[in-house]
Formats: sequence, C-alpha cells, structure tokens
Amino acid sequence: MAVCIAVIAKENYPLYIRSVPTQNELKFHYTVHTSLDVVEEKISAVGKSLGDQRELYLGLLYPTEDYKMFRKLHNSFTDVMCNPFHNPGDTIQSKAFDGIVSGMMVQTG
Amino acid sequence: MAGSQWELPPELCCRPMAFVALTGLDVVYNAVHRAIWDAFCANRRADRVPISFKVLPGDHEYPKCRTKRTSYEWYIPKGILKTGWMNKHLNLVPALVVLFYELDWDDPQWKEKQSECATKVEIVRTSLQGRNTKVAVVLIQKKTPLPPGEDLVASERASSLCNACDLSGKSLFVLPHTDHLVGYIIRLENAFYEHAQTYYYTEIRRVKSHKEFLNKTTHQLLFVRHQFKIAFFSELKQDTQNALKYYRTAYSLVHELRAHETNMLEIKTMAGFINYKICRLCFQHNTPLDAIAQFRKHIDLCKKKIGSAELAFEHAAWMSKQFQSFGELFDEAIKLGLTAIQTQNPGFYYQQAACYSQERKQLLLQLPWYDSSYPSPDPLDTQSGGLDFYGQRPWRQGHQSIDPPDAEKEKTGILALQIKERDVPHSELIIALLSNAVAQFKKYKCPRMKSHLMVQMGEEYYHAKDYTKALKLLDYVMCDYRTERWWGLLTAILTTALRCAYLMASVKDYIIYCMELLGRASTLKEEQKGRIEKNLLKVLMNEVPDAEPECDPSSVSAARSLWNDRVALSGSNEFTIEVQDYIPFIQCKAKFFSPSFHVDQPIQLQVFLRADCPHPVTLNKLAVSLSNQEYNQWCVVESSGQESMSLIPGKTKCYNFSFVAKTEDVGKKIEVSVMLGSDRGRCVFLSWRGAGGDAASNHEALQASRSSRRWGRGMETRPELDWDNLIMQHSTMIISRVPKISVQLSHQPPALNNEMYCISLTVQSQEEGVAKEVKLTAGLKPGQDANLGQTTHVTLDGSKVCDDTAPALLPDVPLGDLKPGEKLERCVYVRCVSTGPRVFLFHVAYSIDTTVEGRQIVCKCHKDETATIETVVPFEVSVKFVSTKFEPLDRVAVDIPFLLMTDILSSSPWPLVLASSSLQLLTMTSNTPQLQSQLQEVVLQTGECASECFCLRCPPLTSSNNTVATGQYLISWRSADSPLIQTTVTLPHVILESVPLYIHADLPSFGRVRESLPVRYHIENRTALVQEVEMAVEPSDAFMFSGLKQVRLRILPGSEQQMLYNYYPLMAGYQTLPQLNISLPRCPTTNTHTLRRFLPQRIFVKPQGRQLDDASIAAA
Repeated sequence: MAVCIAVIAKENYPLYIRSVPTQNELKFHYTVHTSLDVVEEKISAVGKSLGDQRELYLGLLYPTEDYKMFRKLHNSFTDVMCNPFHNPGDTIQSKAFDGIVSGMMVQTG
Repeated sequence: MAGSQWELPPELCCRPMAFVALTGLDVVYNAVHRAIWDAFCANRRADRVPISFKVLPGDHEYPKCRTKRTSYEWYIPKGILKTGWMNKHLNLVPALVVLFYELDWDDPQWKEKQSECATKVEIVRTSLQGRNTKVAVVLIQKKTPLPPGEDLVASERASSLCNACDLSGKSLFVLPHTDHLVGYIIRLENAFYEHAQTYYYTEIRRVKSHKEFLNKTTHQLLFVRHQFKIAFFSELKQDTQNALKYYRTAYSLVHELRAHETNMLEIKTMAGFINYKICRLCFQHNTPLDAIAQFRKHIDLCKKKIGSAELAFEHAAWMSKQFQSFGELFDEAIKLGLTAIQTQNPGFYYQQAACYSQERKQLLLQLPWYDSSYPSPDPLDTQSGGLDFYGQRPWRQGHQSIDPPDAEKEKTGILALQIKERDVPHSELIIALLSNAVAQFKKYKCPRMKSHLMVQMGEEYYHAKDYTKALKLLDYVMCDYRTERWWGLLTAILTTALRCAYLMASVKDYIIYCMELLGRASTLKEEQKGRIEKNLLKVLMNEVPDAEPECDPSSVSAARSLWNDRVALSGSNEFTIEVQDYIPFIQCKAKFFSPSFHVDQPIQLQVFLRADCPHPVTLNKLAVSLSNQEYNQWCVVESSGQESMSLIPGKTKCYNFSFVAKTEDVGKKIEVSVMLGSDRGRCVFLSWRGAGGDAASNHEALQASRSSRRWGRGMETRPELDWDNLIMQHSTMIISRVPKISVQLSHQPPALNNEMYCISLTVQSQEEGVAKEVKLTAGLKPGQDANLGQTTHVTLDGSKVCDDTAPALLPDVPLGDLKPGEKLERCVYVRCVSTGPRVFLFHVAYSIDTTVEGRQIVCKCHKDETATIETVVPFEVSVKFVSTKFEPLDRVAVDIPFLLMTDILSSSPWPLVLASSSLQLLTMTSNTPQLQSQLQEVVLQTGECASECFCLRCPPLTSSNNTVATGQYLISWRSADSPLIQTTVTLPHVILESVPLYIHADLPSFGRVRESLPVRYHIENRTALVQEVEMAVEPSDAFMFSGLKQVRLRILPGSEQQMLYNYYPLMAGYQTLPQLNISLPRCPTTNTHTLRRFLPQRIFVKPQGRQLDDASIAAA
C-alpha cells in the first residue's frame, strides 16, 4: 500500500500530493521532489532512443521499495483531465480522485 | 576523538602485500647497500611484484611464536579477532628474511667469511623459532659472475656455503654490484616473491589444519577467526579469488554466532570488517553489482542488531560508518574507471551515512540527562591502552557469556560512553557527509537531490547555531523550489530561514522571509500567518518581535538581546527590498493604458496592488519611477488619511496616474518600476523592477490565459476585476503627433531612361494653426539597392538635364510656413540612368504649437508619401553593316566603301521627338562629303522605327590589328516638352580585311534594248607586286558586246587598269550582265568568285522606246 501519492505537472510542480497523515509529510514531499531528477533523465532518454513510447510507467525512481499501482492512478488522472471544467495546470481538486487515492493509501486507524 | 572509534583500522583498509625483511644492509653508512635498498624501494609500480620490504638489523627480534596448542579441548576463545593480528602479519612477521652478505667467490678469507655468514643465518633462524618464515642469503659481489657452469670454484664454494648455512640451493643468490643493479634486483625480488607465496601457502595449510580439532559449541568464534585468517593470508598471497571465497564464508559464520547484548558490538564490528573486505574485493574484481548486493545483505542483516538501548547511538554511528565506507569504496572504484549511474552512485551511501549520523545525534538527545560526572576510575581505560579483541568493551575484555560479569561496572561503562558521545561534533560529521553526497549528486545530474541535501546541510548548520552559513545555503536553494513551485517545501525552508534570521536578529532577512511566508505561496495556516504578520508589524514599528516557535530557549534569550541592540541603533532603518524574485505578500502590477501614446495625449498609467496576508495592511507611499526621472513627480501617492492607503486582503486596489510626456522623448520608451513605502519607525520599500509581478506571477498569468481561452466571453461577466488576468504593460512608446496635412503626388509612370521625370507634389494644411518651418525631403528612399543611389539623380530644376553630381535624395528643402487651409505645390525632377523599379520617398515635416492639458508644447509632425516608379528605355537602336549592294557584311574590306544602317525603334508609351542624330567616327571616314542627319524633327509614335544610312570607307590601316572601333552614334531627343536629351550609342566593332585586287565597274544606272551600254571596269592592284591578270568575258544571251573577250595583262603595284566594253542589250527587264572571269596566277587565293562580289550582277534594261514617247518615259 502506498504511503504517499503525487501527481506532477510537466513543469515539475505538484498538481496533487497526499501522504498518510501520520507519516512525516515533509519527508515524502522531498522524496517525491528528488525523484523528479530520475524522471527527467528517463524522459529525456525516451525521447532519444524512441523506445516504446506507450510504456507510461517509468519504473523505479528512487532506491526504495516500490508500489505498483500506476495504472489505476493513471486512469483516474485521465478522468480528471477529461473534466471540461478542469484547467490543465491547476492543482487537482476532485473528490473522485481523492477517493481513488485514499483507496490506495495505507489504511491507518 | 570519539568519532575515530568507528574508523576502520588502516591495516584492514590497505592492500595486503607479502612482507619480506632485508637484513645485513647498512643503508646509513654503506653507499653500495644504500643503492641496493633504493633499487628495492624506488619506482614500485604496478608491474613489480607486490612486496612490502623492510630493512631490519641482523639480530632483530621477531614476535615470539607462542607454543603450539596440542589440543583445543579445554580452550575457550576470548574473542573473534585480536586487534594486533593483521598488523603482525603485515608488518612484523616476515614471509622471508633475506640476509645480505658481501662475499666474492675468490675472497682470500673465504673460510672465515663462510663461517661468519653461517653464524648470521643461525641468529636469524633462532629469532624465528617456531615460525615457517624462510631464510635466504644474497652474496653481494664486486665481480661480474661467469656464466653458470664455467666457474668451477664458484659452484664448489656455493655448495659448501649452502651446507654451512643449512640452505637449499634455491635460497642462495648472488648480487653482482655492477651496472645493471635494477635488473638484478627485479630478478631477485621475483625469486623472493615465490618464496613468500610458498610461506603464505603453508600458513593457510597450517590454519586449515586446526579445523579438525574444533567443536561447534565452544569454538564458534574460532571458525570465524580461522576463515578470516585464511582469507587474509590468501590476500597476502595475492590470491584474491580465494580470499573472497573465505571472507564470504567468514561472513556467514559471523552471523551464525549467538548474538546477545554483550557481544553485539563485537559481532557487528567483525561483520563490518569482513563486509568491507568483500565489497573491496568485488570492486577490485570489477563486479560492482556483487559488491552492492553484499552491502545490501549486510545492512539488512545488521539493521536490527541495535544492542543495548542505552547505547543505541552506537548502532547509528556504526551504520553511518558502514554506509560511508561503502560510499568511499564505490567512489574509489569510480576513480579507477567504474561507471556509475544516476540511481546508483556513491551519493546515496553518503546520504544514508548522513541520515544515520542524524539519527545518532537524535538518539543521544533522547537519552535521559543525568547530571552525573565522568566516572572515576575511567572504565574505558585498559592497561595496554587498547583492546585485545576488536569490538569488545574495555571493562570486560574477553568476556563471552550472556550476562555481564559485573552489573555496576556495566553501568559506569555505559555512562562513560554516553558522556563521551556528548563531545562528538555531530553536526560537523553530518555536514561533511552531506557535502560529500552533494558533490556526488551534482556529478550524476540530480539537481533536486542536491538541493534537498543542501537544505539538510542548512538545517544542520542551524542546529549547530551557525546561522550565517545556514541562511547562505537555504537562500541558495530557495529559488530552486520557488521556480519549481513546490510551495510546501518552500514554506518549510522559509520557516527555518526565518528562525535563523530571528536568532541572528538580521532585520532585512527577517522582513524578507516574513513577507514571503505571508504571501500566497506560503502553505502556513491562517493563525501562523497572523502571528508572523504581527511580528512583521512589530519590526516595522522598530520593536522586538516575538520568538519563533521551536527555537532553543537559550538561543532565544541571546537573540532577544541582539534585537534590543538592533532596535536601539538609530539610522540604517531604511531598506529597499527587490521583491521581484520572491513571492511577497503584496502583489503589484502596473500597466500603461496603451503600448503607445501620441506626444499630444496625456499618458495614463495604472498601478494595481493586492495583499495576500490575513489582515489589512497600510501603506504610506506609492511611487512609480520611470526611465525618465522627471515624470516621477506625477506618479506619487502619499497617505494623508489612514483609510486611503490601506489594502484589504484579497481585494485589488487600483491607482491611476496621468502625465504629459516631453517632446524630446518622442521615439523613446518609458519604463516603469514601482516602489511601495511604509515608514513607521522603520522604513521598508518594496521595489518591483519592471511593471511588478513576482516569481510566481508568470505561471499564474499563463494559467489564467488558458482558462480564459477556454471560457472565452465568460470572463467578461465576472463582476470583479480578475487579478490573474491583469496583463502588465511595462513600457509605452511615445510617438509623434498625428500630422494634419495632406501630401499628394501626381506623375505619369513609367519614367524613361535618362529623362527628367517630373513628379509634382501638393501639400495642403488642415491644421488649425500655422504649420511652421515646413520642410521637404524628397528622393530615393534609403535602404534600397546601393547601385540605385549612383544611378538616380533628383533636382528641383527641370529646365535643363541635371548631371551626375545631383544627389539621389534632397534633404530638408525649406518650403516656408503654411497657413491653415493653404496649399503648396512643388515639382521634383528625377533622372534615372538605369532601368528598373525605384521607391521614392516624400517626407514633409513641420512644427506646430499645441496645448495638452493646459500645457503649451511644440510638436514636430511629419507625413511621408512614397511612390514606386518603373524606369523603361525610350527606344532601341540597332546597327548593321552592308555592302554597297546591300548585302550584309561580316567583314569590311579596306578602302572600299560600305554602308552603315541604323534603326531607332521607339518603345516609349508617348511620342518621341528626334531632334538630330550624328555619327562620331573614329577610324572610318565618311564616303559622302557632308553628314546631314536624316532624322531631324522626326516624331516617333510607340512601335515606330526610324532608320538612317551612312556610306563609309575604312582607310588602310597602319596597325596590324584587324578589328577596329567604329565610333558612336548620337541621338538628341525629347518627350513632349522636356529638355533635349542626348543618348549615345556605341557602334559595334568591325573586322577588316585587305584585298589584293579591287575591281569595280562604272556603268549607267540602266540600259536600253539595242542601245549601246558602255561599261568600264577598273582593276586596281593593291599589292606591292606586279600582278598578272587573266580576264575573259563569258558570252550572254541577253547581251552582245564589243571589247577584248579574253585578255592577259599586267598591272604594276598601286596602279590601275581600265577595261572598256560596250554591251549591247538584246532583252528588256532585269538582265544578268555578262560574267567576267578573272584569275590571278600569282595570287591563287583571289579568284573570280571573291572578286565578283565587287561587281554589279544585273542591270535593268528598258525596252526600246519610240522617239515620240520621250515625254512619257521621262514621266515614268
């Protein structure tokens, strides 16, 4: 189960970030932020090698335990983006998305 | 230093090399010995065998060998590995002792020396009693030895020496002290290396042989020890593959040991050592993934082995050291050529090491603080000053049972360790590790990781109370987080920075961080913002702010006194803060109403302000500074009543300014920057460069534009002014007043080449006042093809053709003043020397007095008109040369008349008047006495052609050149009523030929049937020779003739013969004359054919008329 889930804009700022409230929130923010180094590198590598562009999952970003739940989250994110009232680039404020994320998080209490 | 407790011993970290002791060398006083020793030591590069040499005296005492244990039955080991063991085998117990002895084979005192040598060998052997160390003897000789087998004395004496010293033949060496010392030394050391290999091999066998005596219950420690020793000896033997294998076994054995609180440290210490060796060898074998896997396993196994809770910090320190030394090994391997990647580089290990060091510090802080002094006697003191076994407690060395022997001793020991831990400079260690990690992440393109670590460094400096350094680091990374828009992290960093600024009483920093924490990027809660705003107001009132929460109480009191000092200081209470790069709590946007203003319009400027803090803010002054400082006075608001200048959170406030631009700023930009002042006790100016905005506003504007593009008109219905959609206009252009005059051009294109083309210009004023100093600039528009400037001439005088000195552009022609409604006309004449299109510019400038908002200003106005005019050629001239028979000539014969014909074809759209034409001949002469132009006053319509014909003759040439210039054809012409223009056409060159014989005929223009027709042929000899000419007249049906039918005659050079014939025409009409056959035997190139072209071919013969009809014939 996830402890922190974040959706990052292509300009590298967070559109959505949530972590298990009991955990050290700031630490997770830093972890997500530093993972972007690897994302940036991997994305630029994809552009170069023209590998399988349809593979959206980038793999392990940070030498830590991994949580594989990408597809579910991505589907929900696509739903948010399809909302005609959502302005791409704004932070995500969606109950449905919140619900999906909560379901993926470590259950506390 | 307490930190060094965790350092790995140097003998563990070095590369083990075979130890060979050299004795019998006097390196201080004996030059030969010195040279030998230097040859052993110097240049030990990788290609030489790995041996560590040491010079020892001949009677050196080697470590005593303990008596061999015969049984392990009652033996209980006291620890895993003795602290001295590795050093002993690296530096104290040699694999081989070499005795150097000066002895030549033919030494006169051979017997005595042999026995002395044997004694020396014996001394060494005695000292090495019980060890397997080999002994070898090297004889230093002055003479070069003979090849083996030839020197019988040598071989005999060698075997006798071996016997005397009890040496095998393989252990006796000869070192001739000659030129090739280094070569001999290298051969010697290779032999030594083999002996050492054998020694370590037997040592490994010896240790292995103990195994059968061990049992698994009491000798567990020995299993580890023996495997470690075998591995270490293998390393000394340079057998790293086997060494790795034995270390791996040792590693698994160490984890099989029964672990409890009392031996946890020993197990972890040894596990750490063995792990270090394994990782090191893996990197050495170029299998870095194995090294990483081993290290991960090691950490997983040891992570939870904390040991006693009171000494948990020790575990953290040990973990930190594990990560650090692995990072160093990794880094070392990279320096030797290994490539690391972004997700797997030494930085992560340094970072983890730092993490554990932070934990170590935390664990110490969590310990209950007993106000107890350091126990005496020191429980950490041992008799030897060190430990016997690695990883044991000084107060109970060798103790291996589960419970401590003495609980009281245990307690004081732990207390001593805790007290010592307090002296450890934790922050220093953490910062050093973090900065190592930063260097690595920088190398592997992880900018965000680098920033994160720098934040940690900053925080550590904050904990270490080095606030200046903390702020420097935090300030450095803050802008990264700001540009990446991670507000949560930015807020956290700002909060730490604010604490630093408070504790340092750094007023300006304090204000900046407050401003940003109050701003919209801050994720702080309202009540925290409220508290910070209150503090900010206090600082602005020159009061001491309240302490930041979570500050160390002792530091707070120090800070308070610093603040009191600061407050007491008068002066330096004015700050200007460039807020552009921050996200301050007051936002500002300024815009000019329009991107440009005419100089006679007032310039309008709006400044919008908005506060994001929780409570209203009052301002004292708003000033706008413009690039021309003179305007600043018009753009200032100062508070007179309180309410006029306060900003309500979330509401946009707009200030309007308007001023009149100066006429000298026409064509210049005015830029704006905004300053906000608030002075009460302390004065802070927030200054925005450009038209406001800050680090976040660009993105906000982008988002706003995206959503407005989507919703289109929806935005207009919003009642309130939308802040994000306000677009800044940071500069405006001041442009000149709109002219109120009309400029009209009238002309009739196209222009003719070389013609004085007239363009008439009409200027009419619609101004209400007098347009003064009207000036005209007319001519070729600048910026076109440079050649056009040379081929275009402009003048105001149309009465005569202008010459080439007339300019292409006439600047500033004064036209006087122009009253309201008045009209002015001017003609401009343009002469284009080349064809093609041209753009002409007509620029009318004037000045006028006008009033703007009650201010009298003089405006300069101008109006431009352009015209594109095509230039075409008026006519085309073609020229051809023909013979007098109108046959085209490709060559012209010398001194024989020919005709020049010219055609002038008009291509002008208007009638052209040809005034006259003339030839200017160079070498030719006219064959007619007077050249009267045949074209005088001829008018050519479009497409009409005028021709002229000239009869010319080319005189004999002096030069050999057979191509000559003909000359020029001059045509004077004009169109309509313009002045005469002379066009010159250069005539083509002709090719000349000379003829040896010229023949021409004199004959009437016509004949009449049956009337005599006298024909006289003139034959001229043009050569310098006498020419013989044969002439014959062929009979013709149309003529009878009298005269010589066939004749042969001679013509002298330069003279002429005449032949007279009387032809008698028989038929009317065009008749071919009787053909004349001429041949020149002396000049075969000239024949009848070439000469016939000079003669007429035909003649018109009139029918025989009746006498009565004379008159009618004459009429015809």
